[in-house]
Amino acid sequence: MKVFEKPKALTDAPFHYCPGCTHGIIHRLVAEAIDELGIEGNTIGVAPVGCAVMAYDYFACDMVEAAHGRAPAIATGLKRAMPDNIIFTYQGDGDLASIGMAETVHAATRNENITIIFVNNAIYGMTGGQMAPTSLPGQVTQTSPYGRDLSNQGYPIRVSELLASLDGPEYIERVAVNNVKNVRNAKKAILKAFKNQTEKKGFSLIEVVSSCPTNWGMTPQKALEWVEEKMIPYYPLGVYKDRSAENKEEK
Amino acid sequence: MAEKVLMKGNEAIAEAAIKAGCRLYFGYPITPQTEIAAYMAKRMPKIGGTFLQAESEVSAINMVYGVAGAGFRVMTSSSSPGISLKQEGISYIAGADLPALIVNVQRGGPGLGGIQPSQSDYFQATKGGGHGDYHLIVLAPASVQEMADLTIKAFDLADKYRVPTMLLADGTMGQMMEPVELPETTSEPVEKPWAVTGTKMQRKHNIINSLYLNPELLEKTNFERFERYKQIEQNEVMFEEYMMDDAEYCVVAFGIAARVSKNAVTAARRKGIKVGLIRPITLWPFPVDVLKKAADKVKGFVSVELSMGQMIEDIKLATECRRPVVLCNRSGGMIPTPEHVLETIENLAKENK
Repeated sequence: MKVFEKPKALTDAPFHYCPGCTHGIIHRLVAEAIDELGIEGNTIGVAPVGCAVMAYDYFACDMVEAAHGRAPAIATGLKRAMPDNIIFTYQGDGDLASIGMAETVHAATRNENITIIFVNNAIYGMTGGQMAPTSLPGQVTQTSPYGRDLSNQGYPIRVSELLASLDGPEYIERVAVNNVKNVRNAKKAILKAFKNQTEKKGFSLIEVVSSCPTNWGMTPQKALEWVEEKMIPYYPLGVYKDRSAENKEEK
Repeated sequence: MAEKVLMKGNEAIAEAAIKAGCRLYFGYPITPQTEIAAYMAKRMPKIGGTFLQAESEVSAINMVYGVAGAGFRVMTSSSSPGISLKQEGISYIAGADLPALIVNVQRGGPGLGGIQPSQSDYFQATKGGGHGDYHLIVLAPASVQEMADLTIKAFDLADKYRVPTMLLADGTMGQMMEPVELPETTSEPVEKPWAVTGTKMQRKHNIINSLYLNPELLEKTNFERFERYKQIEQNEVMFEEYMMDDAEYCVVAFGIAARVSKNAVTAARRKGIKVGLIRPITLWPFPVDVLKKAADKVKGFVSVELSMGQMIEDIKLATECRRPVVLCNRSGGMIPTPEHVLETIENLAKENK
């Protein structure tokens, strides 16, 4: 009989995340993938600046805390120094798609053999709910109090589509964690992103569409509905690039 | 003894770094230090090392941060505007107590400035540079030989004290060719139990970090770091004295300015002026004691700098303003001539008999 338990790759430190926040689910999925591949002792994670800044306390593997947006550069250094170790970053939308866009794009185009978990909740959480590069058109935030105005603040960035246009990366998939079915798919994608690295296939990024009840000003339940009704239509789920699969088809 | 070879200063840095066991280099092109990257691009793949041209200086220094966190010897190099971009990462490296080498082959500024030699990043290098309470060990070579020797020294000091070190050269030092004897490194590998290399399921996880939300804890880490700085100040000061035994006046200069000044000191001696030279080799820690002692016996100081006068403030602090300190400087990529320095010495001697 299998009893439900906490993944070994998570420490006993209690999460600081808000009620209803999906970071907890995503942390768990990452830890499960690490457990299933048996790579904890060989893995180094890179935490971002943002709500997940203290991820270094939660993952049981060795961890590095990055400057805002710089995680892919740090992961590049770690991987180049230790090609046989497993290196992952865990980043939010402001970190990865705003201040760290250069690091993201160039790590992808070099096909660095690293795994990136990109949590897109369309808002800056830690600083209290400012507009993110992925905030939706019209979305009200602390710094877009009249709604995101496309003529003034520009359009949201679809990171998966953008990176999939590059020749470099191995694997790009967008998943969500708003219901059981999606969580199960997210698990599969995250596992694959780590497995790709163990097989030296290259850069794998999983964009996880998630929620922020606190800064969206919604109940956790309502926030998950908003993910389904507003986020996913703008950020369609699916595999955007899978080079190994594409190569197989060509053969 | 190793054979002498003719090398550019920048190349001497690169080869010395390899001798010191550095197998990872991350950089971004900028004049006048690009030869370092070019040399590494050629050499590293042949010796199983890593050369990577980063997408920016910001990325390059963060790649360094990652590698340093894993405990490997690692370096980056740049020139003034690029070093400004690296300051964020340097502050994090200092905050996480990581050893790494940053080379600054300075050019004139501020802003995009020019591409000619300068020493105007003195403040930035010696006072911290980025945000927060920290120092770098700053080494200032005055010959191609020292470019090599101090590069190796910089790696050793970084490992010994868990601090980032900076080699502060200038465009002249980087570009000039001189015979150099590349030393074989004798440094023992330092144990780095704090490094993130994977727990191997044998120990609790290591965390490389500079975030302390508890102010008491952050203060404690800063106090601890500054205790190490005290040791560095006690043990690692380096300088050269030239004709100081009977000197009545003292020229203070580092790097290329010290070489120009040496000629001026010799010329002044011929004219009967008893002048000597103190050349700081470590700019941080600054050779405070030797200057303090010099102030007991000399009548005045000349600070020779390729800047609007930055080191002069440290000379005044070290000598507690007990003697006049005059500035002999050029800026923006210009270099003072020996005649200019001589004239300044002569004026100082005239006014302070």
